[in-house]
Amino acid sequence: MMRPNATRILGRRAFLGQASMGLGSLGLAQLLRPDLFGAEPGAKGYPNRQAKIKRVIFLCMAGGPAHLELFDYKPELAKRDGEPMPESFTKNQQIAQLQGQELRVLGPQHPFKHYGKSGQHMVELLPHIGGIADDICIVRSMTTEQINHDTAHTFMNTGFRIPGRPSMGSWITYGLGSESEDLPGFVVLTSVGGAQDQPIASRQWAAGFLPSKYQGVKFNSTGDPVNYVRNPAGVDRQRQGDLIDTISELNGIQRSMVDDPEIETRIAQYELAFRMQMSVPELVDFSSEPQNVREMYGTDGGDGSYASNCLLARRLAERGVRFIHLYHRGWDHHGSIKSGIETSCKYVDQATAALVTDLKQRGLFKDTLVVFCGEFGRTPMSQGDRSTAGRDHHIKGFSMWMAGGPIKGGASYGNTDDLGYNAVEDVVHVHDLHATLLDLFGIDHTTLTYRFQGRDFRLTDIGGRVLKPILV
Amino acid sequence: MSYRHNVRFAWSRSARFSDNRRLKPDQLKNHMRSHPIALVLAILACSLPLGAADVRFNRDIRPIFSDNCFACHGPDRNARQADLRLDRREVALARGAISPGDTVTSKLVERIRNENDVLRMPPVYSGKTLTEEQKDLLVKWIEQGAEYEPHWAYIPPIRPEAPDGPAGIDFLVEKLLSERGLEPAAETDRRTLARRLSFDLAGLPPTPESVEVFEGDGRPDALERAVDQFLASDHFGERMAVHWLDLVRYADTVGFHGDVAVNVYPYRDYVIRSFNENKPFDEFTREQLGGDLIEGASLEQKVASAYNRLGRMTNEGGSQAKEYLAKYASDRARTASTVWLASTMGCAECHDHKFDPFLASDFYSLQAFFADIEEEGVFAGYGDWGSKMLVPSREARDEIARIDARIARLTEQGTDQFPPTSENLAVFAKELRGALGKWRVLAPNAVRNDCADPDIVDCDKFEIVSEKDGSVSPRFGQESRPGKLAQVVEGDLGSARVTSMLIEMLLSEDCEDYFLGEIEVRWLRPGQPSRRVSIDTVIPDWNDPSGQLQGLIDGNHHTGWTGNPNEEGVRRAVVVFEQAIDAIEGDKLQVTTVYDQIFGLHGISYRQRLSITGEDSFEFPLDGPAAKLLWTDNWNRDQRAVMERLFVRRTGGNPHWPEIRDLQRDKKRVLDHADETLIAKSVEPRTIRVLPRGNWMDDSGEIVEPRAPSFLEQIPRGGGRLDRLDLANWIVDKNNPLTARVFVNRLWKLFFGEGISKVLDDLGSQGEPPVNPDLLDWLAVEFMESGWDVKHIVRTMLLTETYRRSSDPSPELRAADPDNRLHGRQTAARLDAEFIRDNALAVSGLLNPKVGGPSSKPYQPAGHYKELNFPKREYRPDVDADQYRRGLYTHWQRTYLHPSMKAFDAPSREECAANRPQSNTPLQSLVLLNDPSFVEAAKALAVRILESDAATDLERIDLAFRRAFSRRATERERDVLLAFLGGQEVHYGENRSEASKLLSTGLSPVPSEIDTAELAAWTSVSRALLNKHEFVMKY
Repeated sequence: MMRPNATRILGRRAFLGQASMGLGSLGLAQLLRPDLFGAEPGAKGYPNRQAKIKRVIFLCMAGGPAHLELFDYKPELAKRDGEPMPESFTKNQQIAQLQGQELRVLGPQHPFKHYGKSGQHMVELLPHIGGIADDICIVRSMTTEQINHDTAHTFMNTGFRIPGRPSMGSWITYGLGSESEDLPGFVVLTSVGGAQDQPIASRQWAAGFLPSKYQGVKFNSTGDPVNYVRNPAGVDRQRQGDLIDTISELNGIQRSMVDDPEIETRIAQYELAFRMQMSVPELVDFSSEPQNVREMYGTDGGDGSYASNCLLARRLAERGVRFIHLYHRGWDHHGSIKSGIETSCKYVDQATAALVTDLKQRGLFKDTLVVFCGEFGRTPMSQGDRSTAGRDHHIKGFSMWMAGGPIKGGASYGNTDDLGYNAVEDVVHVHDLHATLLDLFGIDHTTLTYRFQGRDFRLTDIGGRVLKPILV
Repeated sequence: MSYRHNVRFAWSRSARFSDNRRLKPDQLKNHMRSHPIALVLAILACSLPLGAADVRFNRDIRPIFSDNCFACHGPDRNARQADLRLDRREVALARGAISPGDTVTSKLVERIRNENDVLRMPPVYSGKTLTEEQKDLLVKWIEQGAEYEPHWAYIPPIRPEAPDGPAGIDFLVEKLLSERGLEPAAETDRRTLARRLSFDLAGLPPTPESVEVFEGDGRPDALERAVDQFLASDHFGERMAVHWLDLVRYADTVGFHGDVAVNVYPYRDYVIRSFNENKPFDEFTREQLGGDLIEGASLEQKVASAYNRLGRMTNEGGSQAKEYLAKYASDRARTASTVWLASTMGCAECHDHKFDPFLASDFYSLQAFFADIEEEGVFAGYGDWGSKMLVPSREARDEIARIDARIARLTEQGTDQFPPTSENLAVFAKELRGALGKWRVLAPNAVRNDCADPDIVDCDKFEIVSEKDGSVSPRFGQESRPGKLAQVVEGDLGSARVTSMLIEMLLSEDCEDYFLGEIEVRWLRPGQPSRRVSIDTVIPDWNDPSGQLQGLIDGNHHTGWTGNPNEEGVRRAVVVFEQAIDAIEGDKLQVTTVYDQIFGLHGISYRQRLSITGEDSFEFPLDGPAAKLLWTDNWNRDQRAVMERLFVRRTGGNPHWPEIRDLQRDKKRVLDHADETLIAKSVEPRTIRVLPRGNWMDDSGEIVEPRAPSFLEQIPRGGGRLDRLDLANWIVDKNNPLTARVFVNRLWKLFFGEGISKVLDDLGSQGEPPVNPDLLDWLAVEFMESGWDVKHIVRTMLLTETYRRSSDPSPELRAADPDNRLHGRQTAARLDAEFIRDNALAVSGLLNPKVGGPSSKPYQPAGHYKELNFPKREYRPDVDADQYRRGLYTHWQRTYLHPSMKAFDAPSREECAANRPQSNTPLQSLVLLNDPSFVEAAKALAVRILESDAATDLERIDLAFRRAFSRRATERERDVLLAFLGGQEVHYGENRSEASKLLSTGLSPVPSEIDTAELAAWTSVSRALLNKHEFVMKY
């Protein structure tokens, strides 16, 4: 990985040293205080227990994948296909687009099969993920509290329905800092395909009330990979470097004139910005990826696809990024779920499996947690005409899987009822997922707090249970 | 003495509310004992070392209790353990937790010191532990008698002894300093002061000239004059609005899901205007909360009521209306309680407040004040967000009044002045013929699909065909119809003047309905770049129920013109150009029309014909039998009847009908330029219940009516339900202990860097007791007694010595008060996001100082809205003077705020934000380095420098410094820049094409007489200055 011109940095450093010398009272502590998102220790002395992972790759299947079509086969559902949904399930329950409509059962649209030595039961449409079946632990008893996309994502990411709370990636970089010197600790990637692409608000990776340096940075698949990371037209790297040197020298002079410790931070941020201008384009340059890797993911990279984002996620993981959050906006199958789910699976199956395999091959799997999860699931009831039936949003029971780190491979956890409506066994709440995630990072979720409006907020609010049974 | 009593009592000094609450003598005595004046002298910041003095409840004990104990032994009855409340003295005593003066029998002492993990308080599972120092404080407090004090913020402020005017502030600040034996910093220099004033009061840098004037002004009242000048400028309102808009979460989009745009900028203008006109804060409050309820509400007051409509709204399919109505209601209560009361009542949505005495029912009772606001839980479509009104500008209102007066004069004769006699019919037919004959069909000689839009699917699978009558329509084969299509028609203009274009939608089998979303007109001339024709207005041929023809030119193809062709088989609209086109032979008109599907599934349909005219006055063409009759005056009886009907319909029996017709069109044109804004409209109030655990599906909670929080003074009910105006009056009642404190505390932060109580959104138990309570109370009382005069209180703050102090302290002062909580110096602060942009625009001379109006769209990275949908949208940066408007006018997309604004900590405005953090991140560096707005500003500054009289490089550097920093460069700075300049000149001299590329950034032209390489080199120098830390700072 290329580094910026060493003499330039050295020159600046030497200069800064001089500038600071006359300022007796200013110690190293102030020089090291900057709000960098570059490598730095955690803000509060975490981890406070043994850490089992160093990073997360969160594969958010945005739109709400149908658990009943992917991971949760219900023979009873198939049997009752087309029959009225028993009212005992649906009475007084939240409902989204099916409000006021006749509710009928929709059986699974595709056959399931058993994969791997463990015999994980998944739809036939996921042959590649089937290939890593023995590495993943399927949770079939997820629940959440919000039934519309926007608020459900907010809840899944922050544990709250009200905006303004930090996303989980922000919490983790707040607690642990970042391992990367020139990349943000929390990176977001997006892709589309498979169903109508529901919007995603930037709030989903916002730092909320935490300092803004902990916000997720979204990488763009087109244009500048990070906003403003590209030099202005007519300015090459040498010129930009000269400019930054000049800025830092002027700031150094200013530092000797006024007592403003923020100046040192500013100087450091310009250096980091300059390094990012190099490291980010290098990061998104896939030319060094060998052919077999490209074939494994099914992409040459750089096309903004989910597959490309998976490959990029691995590159980010290698570079010490703590929280890598992918959104694939393509699972909102209100209609034509039979063909829709097939398409969506094609978008993600191969690359997801490739990512896990690739992490394993590079020795990253043991300390990387991979999470595959939507913001909610979909109803056992059908939506729309029978010929183009889909499924509506559903929050009382859905599926996800995790892999990597100490997660038990080839295992499953929790169950829904016979019709896949309610999670009934080992029910997992969003707060439990968060508690587990923090636990794996070596953070007791009840202690990682931040005071806002007089209250010590946690990612897990007042809940959260570490899912010990799914850990080795 | 109960907490409730104490507070209630203190509140009861209100003359207005005192009718049924008389003070008892013993209460009075108690009150005097716990009087704030007596307390405050002893109260110092917790962060400062404690003296040996008495332990005080508010200062020392309440924070410990609140943080560690109240969650289980406080106001929340559902969470309460062992029936013990530590927030009420009588309960704590009765339960044996505290025995005043006796630490041995006080169970509290035993429990906090217990070595046993199971018995020690706070319990292990709470994650809380007391420090030894905290334990000692509790013990000492009990030894001293365990006296409680009512929470400071709930006692109405009383003016402490201090001189009048600004000297009062200085007196109270210096009192604390001298108690610490601290010497304040000296007064700063005039240059720094000029910059400080300018950024604080205008949000803009001073001009070099104004700094010189100020530096040379030896008059004793120089500062006063400067302050008054700033207060009189319209920029004051803009500066203050930035803060207020954060609080009320003003934005240009709805915030949920598709985050669709909504027009409410007239409210922003109202805020700016209110600060500029120095509207008293109580009136400002009343107008926002209940402007629509004021009897005979003015346009302005109705606009102000848009405050109530600024929250997030959804149109997401599948949303449950009841759920979202609950969300909106909570949002309103949270916001109002933070904006005016700095109280975290939102915590009481699910349970009684854990730290402050707010009950869950208080929270829902506050919601009930707003239950009358007309709204939908789930709004439909993209453009309808409920109650709204047109807001013409003042000029427009004058113009409309003039037109109305003229129409009134023309019609005062009544409707029988122009009967359909044969003679009149002939006159009418002639006039109509003349107007009708002036349309010429724009024969299409090229038609195509525009397939550039990625939304358009299968663009190449169908074609557009022209008919003999000049109409065009898409031809669909077996393929299903697309959902969207952009069609381009070109036709010869010939040598002609063109003022307007007629669009006709013709009925056909393929076109039973249509939705035209967007129209763009370009004027083509061979060998020249095409010119976009600005559209003034779009006029429908009858009172169009869709009413959204402006939607054709708003850049959003989901708003537009829809309908079924009328009984004549045709619907028509006239597109009026802002300026007439003077075409010559060979010129063409290119018209792109974007059609969208209506309501979902059918795919698009249309048959469109275009015509043009060069007249300023026109008639819509006729169809049906009347069309032919017009060309003769020899009608049979039936024909005459047809003509008479047409006559009556078009003339209204008035001989001045052509003029009236034109006047009505003029009026419509003026109204088209008036924007709509959301407003509050009062309807039958919805039922508001306490929602157990905040669960909107749970209808078991009690129904609540509007009322004030139960522990505070209630609002007398004059009969009938309390409304938003009652709430507003209660908020700005002089005996409300919170409102004035909240406002002046936030003002203090704006001008002194940190609030006197630094938690600006929480003056409750978990907030910070004010460092200088006397000062806070003095300001609060001064503010109220001045008649809530905002400019007065700002002026008073700024004319102090405290304000003028240097931000560069002595080492002793810094060591003794590192965070400057005693204000022995000024606090250096980073400028807010908006003002950083403004600074660059002002220094470079690009700034468009226009005050008010619609939001503007500065350059923004392409694809920034890529993750948005419903509808998908394209950001079109402004290409005129609007590009250079101040930051506060930037289009505020809640879910995707402009990245430069976000980088510098501007809030998303999804929720009320009382305090902006001041981060310092590499993303900020990238913005200042590479955002085209800042690169262009550097270029413009370079042009300014090179076009000036400054001849030498040194003079130029000095000039640039004076523009950017109001000072000359030091020798070292000059050396650094000269060396840098030299390198840049060499580089761009050798790489002129690179220089041209750099100078191509931004819309602003580059004067051809300046050498490209030199300008590029100076652009680099300017970039260095705009990136300098000093540039984003106020010292």
